[in-house]
Amino acid sequence: MDVNKNTYTFGFAIIMVIIVAALLSVTAQKLEPYQDRNIELEKKQNILSSVGVNVIRDQSEEKFSDYIKESLVLNYKGEEIEGEAFSIDLAKELKKEIKDQSMPLYISNIDGIRSYIIPLRGKGLWGPIWGYIAIKDDLNTVYGAVFDHKAETPGLGAEINRPFFQDPFVGKTIFEEGVFTSILVIKGGADEGDNHAVDGISGGTITSDGVSDMLKERLERYLPYFDRIRPEIEVDSIMSQMDTVILENEIILN
Amino acid sequence: MSKQLLLSKKNRKLLTDPLDDNNPVTVQVLGICSALAITVQLKPAVVMGASVLVVLSVANVVVSLLRNLIPSRIRIIVQLVVIATLVILVDQFLKAFVYDVSKELSVFVGLIITNCIIMGRLEAFALGNTPGKAFLDGLGNAFGYGMILIIVAFFRELLGSGTLYGYQVIPLDWYIENGGFYANNGMMILPPMALVTVGILIWLQRMRNRKLIESN
Repeated sequence: MDVNKNTYTFGFAIIMVIIVAALLSVTAQKLEPYQDRNIELEKKQNILSSVGVNVIRDQSEEKFSDYIKESLVLNYKGEEIEGEAFSIDLAKELKKEIKDQSMPLYISNIDGIRSYIIPLRGKGLWGPIWGYIAIKDDLNTVYGAVFDHKAETPGLGAEINRPFFQDPFVGKTIFEEGVFTSILVIKGGADEGDNHAVDGISGGTITSDGVSDMLKERLERYLPYFDRIRPEIEVDSIMSQMDTVILENEIILN
Repeated sequence: MSKQLLLSKKNRKLLTDPLDDNNPVTVQVLGICSALAITVQLKPAVVMGASVLVVLSVANVVVSLLRNLIPSRIRIIVQLVVIATLVILVDQFLKAFVYDVSKELSVFVGLIITNCIIMGRLEAFALGNTPGKAFLDGLGNAFGYGMILIIVAFFRELLGSGTLYGYQVIPLDWYIENGGFYANNGMMILPPMALVTVGILIWLQRMRNRKLIESN
């Protein structure tokens, strides 16, 4: 058989492509449920670790329902709308106009402390980066943050998923005297005592800037919601202060 | 016809030659791009070495089995399809069953497809040899490649970050910021130092192995 005839060449190419395509699509279909399950568990694991609960992936399902008490979907005005927060694909939402976006929000309750977990998504150097930032119920202080990436440079930008980068976010604030400042990732290191900045990664400047941009863009979207709930929270905190005052008075009186 | 033993002297040479005399990285200077990109730390280098090992040995066997059927005019395309299919399959299985390893691989998957060592071995060896030999040749070359990757990554991670495989090995109180005398060499984590490190390896290898020096 002459393997260099045109007809043979075409035949070979066609058969090869059909076999390969069939093989790949069958594999992809058979494995998809397993892969989706991994991705879902990882998402839960990430959300939990933004509020300082570190679990292995297999346990994340159970712990997620223990700690994450509410999940909401918001529109651009900060109003609650219908929807399932967990199934929102932020990548798709970000492509829409701001006023058409649905924004997921999770509320956790750990040992009586409420925090608001905001999903993040933005651009790194080579591909998307994402994460979760948890804000305490003063709506200002960061409770925790996690980041991850698709394809940042190993050893440089990819380090955003390491604790040494994420831990400094804890305790930073996103407002300065009522004005939104976000949290900046600073090349060469943030000034000591700066409450709105953390150190960038040497050699990973573009990824670090990506984190800055992502935080600013995403947090800004939730400001209307924060404005909406702030009065309630303030009333709550005044009430609880009054409770303590009454309690103290009672103690004094007794 | 006497059947050759799988590990006869000649076949053993297929396995050991690429480790030194005919190393794909330091002698043939192939696969340099990935050697620069992923040797900042040991872990990705090891994972990359292992993935290339799987892909190269299997691709070599597949192409060798098909060697009499492949039309020579489209052989490069056929080789690419074989490599790409294998890489995607490996990636899909990793994603489904060992998700953490798959995350570790992320960008390297694409780099495996473009690794010139794999194409080179398919073209130069697998197309003209029996599957058994092609398998050994694949293993040998992947080991030769992985070995260099690991050596380069060892020095870059140790000197650049003070860690090995993610574990701190330089005592923390040696560092200047903790009152010591030591600082990591930030240059080591940048790509040019990978090239310099590979260069030094080539130099050392040639000092030891005189055969490699061209006579002119």
